[in-house]
Amino acid sequence: MSNLLNVSLSPHAHGQETTRKLMTGVIIALLPALFTSIFYFGYGAVIVTVTSVLSCLVFEYLIQRFIFRKPITITDGSALVTGLLLAFNLPSNIPVFIIIIGAFVSIAVAKMTFGGLGNNPFNPALVGRVFMLISFPVQMTSWPVPKGFATGYTDAITGATPLAIVKEGLKNGEPIQQLVSQIPTPAQMFLGNMGGSIGEVAAVALLIGFVYLLVKKIITWHIPVSVIGSVAIFTTILWLINPEKNMDPMFHLLAGGVLIGAIYMATDYVTSPMNAKTMIIYGCGIGILTVIIRVWGAYPEGVSFAILIMNSFVPLMNAYIKPKRFGEVVKNG
Amino acid sequence: MPLLIHDIQYNTETELKTFSTGGVHPPENKLTANCPIQNLPLPQSAAIPVSQHIGAPANIIVNKGDSIKTGQIIAESKGFVSAFIHSSVSGKVNKIDTIIDTSGYRQTAVFIDVEGDEWVDTIDRSDEIVTDINLSSEEILKRCLNSGIVGMGGATFPSHVKLTVPAGKKCDVLIINGVECEPFLTSDHRLMLERGEEVLIGTTILMKALNVTRAMVGIENNKKDAVDHLTKLATGFKGITVHPLKVKYPQGAEKQLIKALINREVPSGRLPLDVNAVVHNVGTAFAVYEAVQKNKPLFERVVAVTGKSVAKPGNYLVRIGTPVSKLIDAAGGVPEDTGKIVSGGPMMGKALINIDVPVVKGTSGIILFPQIESERKAMEPCIRCSKCVLACPLSLEPFLLMTLSMKGMFERAEKEKITDCMECGSCSFECPASRPLVDYIRLGKSTVIKMARERVIKK
Repeated sequence: MSNLLNVSLSPHAHGQETTRKLMTGVIIALLPALFTSIFYFGYGAVIVTVTSVLSCLVFEYLIQRFIFRKPITITDGSALVTGLLLAFNLPSNIPVFIIIIGAFVSIAVAKMTFGGLGNNPFNPALVGRVFMLISFPVQMTSWPVPKGFATGYTDAITGATPLAIVKEGLKNGEPIQQLVSQIPTPAQMFLGNMGGSIGEVAAVALLIGFVYLLVKKIITWHIPVSVIGSVAIFTTILWLINPEKNMDPMFHLLAGGVLIGAIYMATDYVTSPMNAKTMIIYGCGIGILTVIIRVWGAYPEGVSFAILIMNSFVPLMNAYIKPKRFGEVVKNG
Repeated sequence: MPLLIHDIQYNTETELKTFSTGGVHPPENKLTANCPIQNLPLPQSAAIPVSQHIGAPANIIVNKGDSIKTGQIIAESKGFVSAFIHSSVSGKVNKIDTIIDTSGYRQTAVFIDVEGDEWVDTIDRSDEIVTDINLSSEEILKRCLNSGIVGMGGATFPSHVKLTVPAGKKCDVLIINGVECEPFLTSDHRLMLERGEEVLIGTTILMKALNVTRAMVGIENNKKDAVDHLTKLATGFKGITVHPLKVKYPQGAEKQLIKALINREVPSGRLPLDVNAVVHNVGTAFAVYEAVQKNKPLFERVVAVTGKSVAKPGNYLVRIGTPVSKLIDAAGGVPEDTGKIVSGGPMMGKALINIDVPVVKGTSGIILFPQIESERKAMEPCIRCSKCVLACPLSLEPFLLMTLSMKGMFERAEKEKITDCMECGSCSFECPASRPLVDYIRLGKSTVIKMARERVIKK
């Protein structure tokens, strides 16, 4: 025994959880989606993912090394998660330089300008994606048809996403029945056999990851369930009111980014609320905004915008919506 | 929504009861659960501090050179919230001086050189269990006061105060706390197993003092043997029921235990009596038994000496004032790799500055931590994962309270109910970024309490 004892305040026991372990858990949960994206989009998926992850790590390193001049923390996994999520929100044939610009916006603008991990108000990957969508609308909305390794990187055959087909069709006054024949069946959509961002297509892979996140207690059910639930309820109401003009709720859940958004993007620790009650309000807000943008907005897809809009309300909600404190009920006891 | 959760939790017989908000499950590490209580040999000298309880320190009534018997009063209670202190050994008063106690502060203590072990005549030293309770409620109260009984769970609140129901308040249930939710600690567990009957007689005495007909013993289900043993014994006692509880820290906290057992929520800043309940620890029930039935004041207690590298961890019946080093010697000495020694449990215990500190009434265990487990990890940025919020049994927002305390925003911290915090450590335990949440909350809490006091003075 050394002569001196450590003296510190309680607690003297600490859990084994670390930031790096939590981030590793998120990465593991994203692996099924990564495999399906490579399965459907071949070389494109590999190139997009590798470029995005590498550029995110490099930008974080450079900023910490030369601007912050603080210890490098790129091994905590947060930049890696941002890189993966950014890649998963891109089409598989997007040029490399656009990805690098997107990664720069994600890490340098959306994350590091606010002070790095833990301080950014908006989800970095989504800021990057929305920046790319506005700056490079053509490249960001040309969606390769899933053909695996049968096609190359930039020479893939492209087509519209189911959401875009429906949006365009409804605008041109085409009847729903005719549109349904143009889009993949629910089973195909569930397995991910459709055009779209590389990581968002396969519902089955995303749900496997969801179960993993819940079992490992990395996230709670509140946000994903309230996002998915509110989209389902809202679209069911619209569908029941006018099935001629509105797609069924199953379509809205499986097409586009509702699942990846609900499970992986909306639940981003830093930018989501911090108590159960607020999480549910936040999740429902995302779900409702998504449907509003999809049905009445200019864009066929609204998950990214919905999450970013709700991100901006998080500080306000954290300040004013409080958990019910223990022992608060009895006021005049 | 909360209603629904309650329905499931409290109306299903098969589901074990527990409290509903927050809580964590640290590794239990009950290494000494199967070690019978052993008597620790008397020390050569004992240092008995005058403040072993919450409230005013006791007034010393002995002088240097006095001959003292075991069980004799050496310091008198000063005021209502205070407690008598008795000598735990017989011999001569060597000096009255200051000593560093388990909390790290200096306080006055009576140092006694041990000579033999001569007890005060009035104490019944036979092994016979006395079942019949002859004292009236008032006499029981007086006996508890005169025997120096304090809460044995660690908080050491004088028991006679808790047994005095103020006018206008009423108590309809006595809760006996056999939860022992802190990892490592096993003294209450062994007491329930080996002295179960005495604990239940003590419970009956407490029921008589409080004039209640119902007592509930709550025990976490990792002590199945104690649950079974007491359940069997309780059939012979009127009004006492035993309840296994789901293992969850901090269930041994009064408010959480009341919530778990009878689903009443003690209002913020109030006491169990505000929901008509009184909670006493099993150790206290045993001490009350000894005081009332055997006329034996509180001068010894069971202490678990434990730790992963300790050679012979065990539970010891030890006299108050015995140096902690004696206990550790009995357990095989301080292991080579020791980095921290804690008095109490790992979640709320206090790290000792040295091992010469005396065992006091509230010492429930001595834990020796290896060096690797005793250093804190470097603090990382908060990633706002909300694990602290979900872990808080009082539904506070620890991350926010820490930030407010760091920035000196104490008025806001007060509004966010910082004084509700009982420092259970669940938030710090869960934090993946190793942030010292409880440290800062303590700072904020003490500042807010000081501010509130100054406000009252100004008025």
